[in-house]
Amino acid sequence: MKELNRREFIKSTTVATAGVATIASGISLTTFAAEPKETNPVTNEKRWGMLIDTNKLTETDIDDMVNACQEEQGWGEETHSNADQKPSWIKKVKVKDTATQRISNLALMCQHCEEPPCVDVCPTNASMKREDGIVLVDRHLCIGCRYCMMACPYDARSFVHEELTNQKEHMPRGKGTVESCTMCVHKVDKGEQPACVEALNGDAVIFGDLLDPTSNIHQTLKRVQSTQIRADLNLNTGVRYSGI
Amino acid sequence: MSIIRYEQTQGKSLGFYALIAGLGAFVLAALASVYFMEHNGHHVTGMSNHIVWGLPHVFALFLIVAASGALNIASIASVFNKKIYKPLSRLSGLVALALLAGGLMVLVLDLGRPDRLIVAMTEYNFESIFAWNIILYNGFFLIVGVYLWMMFERRMNKYSRKVGIAAFTWRLILTTGTGSIFGFLVARQAYDAVIMAPMFVVMSFAFGLAFFVLVLMASYKWTARPLGDAIVNRLSNLLGVFVAAVMYFVAVYHLGNLYLAENSGVENFILMDGGIYTQLFWYGQIIMGSLLPLALLYSPATKGNRSMLGLASVLIILGGIAQLYVIIIGGQAYPMELFPGKEILEGYGTIAAYTPTLPELMLGLGGMAVALIAITYLVKFLPFLPESLADNVADPHHKS
Ligand code: SF4
Ligand code: SF4
Repeated sequence: MKELNRREFIKSTTVATAGVATIASGISLTTFAAEPKETNPVTNEKRWGMLIDTNKLTETDIDDMVNACQEEQGWGEETHSNADQKPSWIKKVKVKDTATQRISNLALMCQHCEEPPCVDVCPTNASMKREDGIVLVDRHLCIGCRYCMMACPYDARSFVHEELTNQKEHMPRGKGTVESCTMCVHKVDKGEQPACVEALNGDAVIFGDLLDPTSNIHQTLKRVQSTQIRADLNLNTGVRYSGI
Repeated sequence: MSIIRYEQTQGKSLGFYALIAGLGAFVLAALASVYFMEHNGHHVTGMSNHIVWGLPHVFALFLIVAASGALNIASIASVFNKKIYKPLSRLSGLVALALLAGGLMVLVLDLGRPDRLIVAMTEYNFESIFAWNIILYNGFFLIVGVYLWMMFERRMNKYSRKVGIAAFTWRLILTTGTGSIFGFLVARQAYDAVIMAPMFVVMSFAFGLAFFVLVLMASYKWTARPLGDAIVNRLSNLLGVFVAAVMYFVAVYHLGNLYLAENSGVENFILMDGGIYTQLFWYGQIIMGSLLPLALLYSPATKGNRSMLGLASVLIILGGIAQLYVIIIGGQAYPMELFPGKEILEGYGTIAAYTPTLPELMLGLGGMAVALIAITYLVKFLPFLPESLADNVADPHHKS
């Protein structure tokens, strides 16, 4: 309910602001119109999320996801760092239910929490949450204090332990700063899907706007039983799981 | 009690220069380590994505915690109006500032991007306890600086009590803030306990006083000034009380954790089967850092013996470092509870490995050396130390 009210509020304020802009100046109107679609301001009318169905996800699928993420974002080629020091934006995790002995495989990445502890603790605002729910690190503000890594309940963040070369243009990674899954924000902003989702054939992972009632993810979440990892922490994660 | 006369130390002896040179060597080694770590990146350290705060943080937090505790003597003198501690107030303020400077140096030089310190000063996230701490540390420098000025400047003496109270309040908030860095990490089994904040306050009393006692005894011995038993014995008693209080808080903390079933795993890890962390806890923190000093301070055979007080203080400092090691590194080594009721077979959940490297150790020791150099130099240039603390000068109840 709270969600709906806020969305309505935002909508009405946007209309009001647009109205003011129209009255105030015709120039701003033309600039609005000339703006290409991708640069539309990010608003909280959307909340990007992912639903991972562990029943459908095979181990090979997860490997494919990890590889696609590495390929897309350019991590994992570090030569000096040891296994514990190498970044891991997305991990393959295998869990066994202690009562039923059932084993599930899942992909674990930044959960893009609505109430992200990493953002709360960051002294410089380098950790930030976009209006559409994607949690990012601003590499120019990050001082490498690693407090966000202490605070993240999902072990989602990595610290760059060495000098890097050949970074991807859209992903300026750098020594001494912290990084984590960006939900491929550079692709999502162009209307594409995150690389890990694209790497899969079936619908083991669904990506989309959690708030949009017509989206596949919204409808599926309505239908199937899903969980958040460590739901007890009330972080309202953007990544949901079913089948565990 | 006669008038207290403060006097600079001579600082011309061979011993003085040897001390400065020795400490300077540690500082140089620390700077070389920083260059090495920054140049290569943190992969040359023992830190990883699981142990993100390593040995430098242990030293940095130890020094910061001790800094606020070192101010205690001045606080007792001006806030609680205990006359016998008055002559020690200036030194107490100095030791506090020096320790904080050393601790902050380590903290800052261990950042992934120390060159961006300016960002940390211009970009504040006011929700971050870390950002509050930056403000608290800067404020501590300012307020203790003003406090010292009030004490040094005769015309200002009358304000020193007021400023002293402000400084005392500030230091309590500061250590609460330091403890809260851990107390608010909900995800970590070892932390997320409100008791961390008061526990850090009490730890600061013990560590800061131990440091202070060593500085006091060394400076009086090396400058051949009289230091009476009245003061030394009081400090010794106080130290014992603080150490016992830390033990009490540690006991409450662990018993409280054991009571919550969800924390029994991490408690087992620290207290029973955590390898190096269990050893550091029992042998380092409890036996060496608490029980042994208590025995030295209170047993009739060693009570009142200054070498034994010195030894007890050194042990308290070593035990304190062990304690922070267990809290900071042990708390990270134990995995977070990601899937309650499930066993993680692959991908996460093992005890994280950490072996500190020499550069990390040198950086930490460098912070201590910076603090000691600052004290050694400043007592040479400003009259921090009373020329005599003999019983007939210092003890308000002395009867000759
Ligand atoms: S999963 Fe961790 S890094 Fe991602 S938003 Fe949540 S707290 Fe931040
Ligand atoms: S490491 Fe960077 S992103 Fe993380 S808390 Fe520190 S400044 Fe913020």
